[in-house]
Amino acid sequence: MLTAVFVRANGRGPMQLSSTDPFRDYDAGAYFCELTSQRADDQGTAAAVQGRIGAIGLDALHARQSAAETELINLGITFTVYSEASAIDRILPFDCIPRVITAAEWRHLEAGVKQRVAALNAFLHDIYHAGRVVKDGIIPGDLVYGNANFREEMRDFPVRFGTYVHICGIDIVRDHAGKFLVLEDNARTPSGVSYVVENRHLMSRAFPDLMAGIKLRPVDDYGRRLLSAMTEIAPEGVDDPQVVLLSPGIYNSAYFEHVFLSREMGVPLVEGADLLVENDRVWMRTTGGRRPVHTIYRRISDEFLDPTVFKPESMLGVPGLIGAWRRGNVTLANAVGTGVADDKAVYAYMPRIIRYYLNEDAILSNVETHICREPEGLAYTLANLENLVVKPVGESGGYGITIGPRATKAQIESARAALIADPANWISQPVVSLSVGPTLTEKGIRPRHLDLRPFAVTGRDTWVLPGGLSRVALKEGSLVVNSSQGGGSKDTWVLDDGVR
Amino acid sequence: MARQTPLLARYAEGLFWMARYLERVENLARLVDITQTFEAPGREAESWLALVRINADEANFFKRGGPVDAENVRRFYLLDPGNPTGVPASLEAARYNARTLRPLISTEMWMHMNMFHRDMLSITPEDLQGDNLSRLCRRLKEGVQTHTGITEGTFFRDQGWVFYQLGRLIERADQTTRLVDIRYHLLVPAAGEERRLAELTQWGAVLRAAAGYHAFRRVAPPGFTPEDVVSFLLTDTSFPRSVTLCIEQMEWLLGQLRSRYGLRGTVAALERVEELRGGLTGRSVAKVIEEGLHQFLDGVQRDLIMLAGEIGTAFFRDWRPLAEGQTQGQGQTQSQTQAA
Repeated sequence: MLTAVFVRANGRGPMQLSSTDPFRDYDAGAYFCELTSQRADDQGTAAAVQGRIGAIGLDALHARQSAAETELINLGITFTVYSEASAIDRILPFDCIPRVITAAEWRHLEAGVKQRVAALNAFLHDIYHAGRVVKDGIIPGDLVYGNANFREEMRDFPVRFGTYVHICGIDIVRDHAGKFLVLEDNARTPSGVSYVVENRHLMSRAFPDLMAGIKLRPVDDYGRRLLSAMTEIAPEGVDDPQVVLLSPGIYNSAYFEHVFLSREMGVPLVEGADLLVENDRVWMRTTGGRRPVHTIYRRISDEFLDPTVFKPESMLGVPGLIGAWRRGNVTLANAVGTGVADDKAVYAYMPRIIRYYLNEDAILSNVETHICREPEGLAYTLANLENLVVKPVGESGGYGITIGPRATKAQIESARAALIADPANWISQPVVSLSVGPTLTEKGIRPRHLDLRPFAVTGRDTWVLPGGLSRVALKEGSLVVNSSQGGGSKDTWVLDDGVR
Repeated sequence: MARQTPLLARYAEGLFWMARYLERVENLARLVDITQTFEAPGREAESWLALVRINADEANFFKRGGPVDAENVRRFYLLDPGNPTGVPASLEAARYNARTLRPLISTEMWMHMNMFHRDMLSITPEDLQGDNLSRLCRRLKEGVQTHTGITEGTFFRDQGWVFYQLGRLIERADQTTRLVDIRYHLLVPAAGEERRLAELTQWGAVLRAAAGYHAFRRVAPPGFTPEDVVSFLLTDTSFPRSVTLCIEQMEWLLGQLRSRYGLRGTVAALERVEELRGGLTGRSVAKVIEEGLHQFLDGVQRDLIMLAGEIGTAFFRDWRPLAEGQTQGQGQTQSQTQAA
């Protein structure tokens, strides 16, 4: 009741909860709800949004959401799914009910993300120089130097401001108590930021009545911030650096995002064939001949950057690029070799890495992780296999994972055998009860699981885009938010209380 | 804000070809429309085959097999995605280019291109029947014209705009020669006064297809002849689809590339333009007709191909090191060398 009064006092209109209130049957159960769970500083927004959705009504919501999705198709805000027969342009499904992050929650997240980025950069600088972190026994050397993403080319190579990870996306989930936990670091070429901005634009066009009068932190600043960072990191002595975005081209599933970023920065989107290297300098091919290039925001993986250094068969990259870069004539963002920092095995050590370099505890906790190469971790894991998720450290893409609560007895036993045979290859984590957000479904408004990927941009300093990408698992009960597996996205609102 | 931004050679080429393919779609609609108008009862197949001939598509068309009739020609140009000179392939190519140009073109251009493309994917054989055909042609024309209007009103006017215009004009000039040529292939089986009247009717239809009927009436002498019509379409300096006007505009645009954007390499293209203009204005149309209009038009088309080649060599080639060995002049379709 208190909340409702607050809403009226804010001039956001009376709540009109009729008997057809779409939230009447909404029940988040034991999960933390990103809209309806009580938060002291939500400024009445949650109640306002619920009230306004009630006033719009389910039918109109469906109609407007579908119109919004049609607009995404018309705008070509799509990713391409290739099958043997055809290429289909699909949109990332958009859910119109926003996820709300309060100002205090955001300050916590922002500080945690900045801390994490600082630690990732310090770690990368260290392992490509003295390697103190290994010598001091913080992390086993084989996890670093034996890592497939460790790049010898990076050793002793200076990067400006010590920044290796210029663009970082950190995947964060929330447990049943609403505590934020880091699930994964993305320090290579994280994608998704275009949807953050486009979702907001879409929201303000299609649901202005849902947002009216609510003070939100803007998301429009991303391109300007990114360009500033890319300009800062250009080789020293270049007055007016030429920044470009290097994309694999129109057949890449993230091409729309590459377009978005190049437009937001106002710089050319280039493909490998647009660039050439001569005398260790990078040039782009223009109508007026060759023009120098100084910073490359590359959306191509390390191994495709330069066929003379990495995969010789790669046609996506630029022959000689690594040479030009090693001579300091061009800056690559992100730097080469950052993949070692966002590895699953290294992730487990992040709380210790943060403490080691920054002398602080991690502001954002990891999901509790047991490192099986350590005796306590192994003992705990073996004793609690039925309740844990066991993951191999080397693999990606979900291979080799055993989810204890859903596994058969035989699967548990085979996991046990694998653990005992090679403990160092495994970590284990409890099953996290991911938070939910009210989501428009065929059956009405229902809870669906969410995660959050904030984006941090670092040149000289780190800036974090308020909010981030909220991905939602649209299937009932699903924990998988990936777009390739039925995931969608929501607009992410960070409330503005005027305090920075 | 007076910063001169460089233009990627690949973008310049994409703009040139996007404009060309769309202009081609509009003109195909005009050609189909006029072919239907010319369709002589009992000799429909012949009329429609003329369309294939003026586009020099005989080999491609006959390779497909199927009956040589009106229906099949219409499908060849309006429904068959495998025909590189047809509407579906041209629209597909235009959208492909628009997609690579997405970082450069306006959101409104891109959005319309998506919607136009999707609309045209839904063409059915039913749309090619009877009075539906004319409506379909109008939809196609309007789709391109909407694109043109959006582009005029939203596309940033730097050198990219120049390459876009060059592509449009070169295709337009080419298509006007084909529109004139179609008459050549449809001799009227009559003699004397009857023939003269029938010919004038046909030329009237050609003018209408080029959206030039009224303009022609305003400038034509009272007792105009077929030569006057041909002269209007080839050499008028005010009619937007006249070959000479297209060429004059291209000359101005090439000059802009040099004077305003400081690009070298316009010399060879400008020489081609000179030759084209000389050929068009050097002798009277009566003499051209006497010596063979079809051969003359063929020559103009060849010169336009050479001009496109010179523009490509000067400004687009550099980003295609792999295509270095290709013959000069990409002719009527874009070479789709894929880097990836």
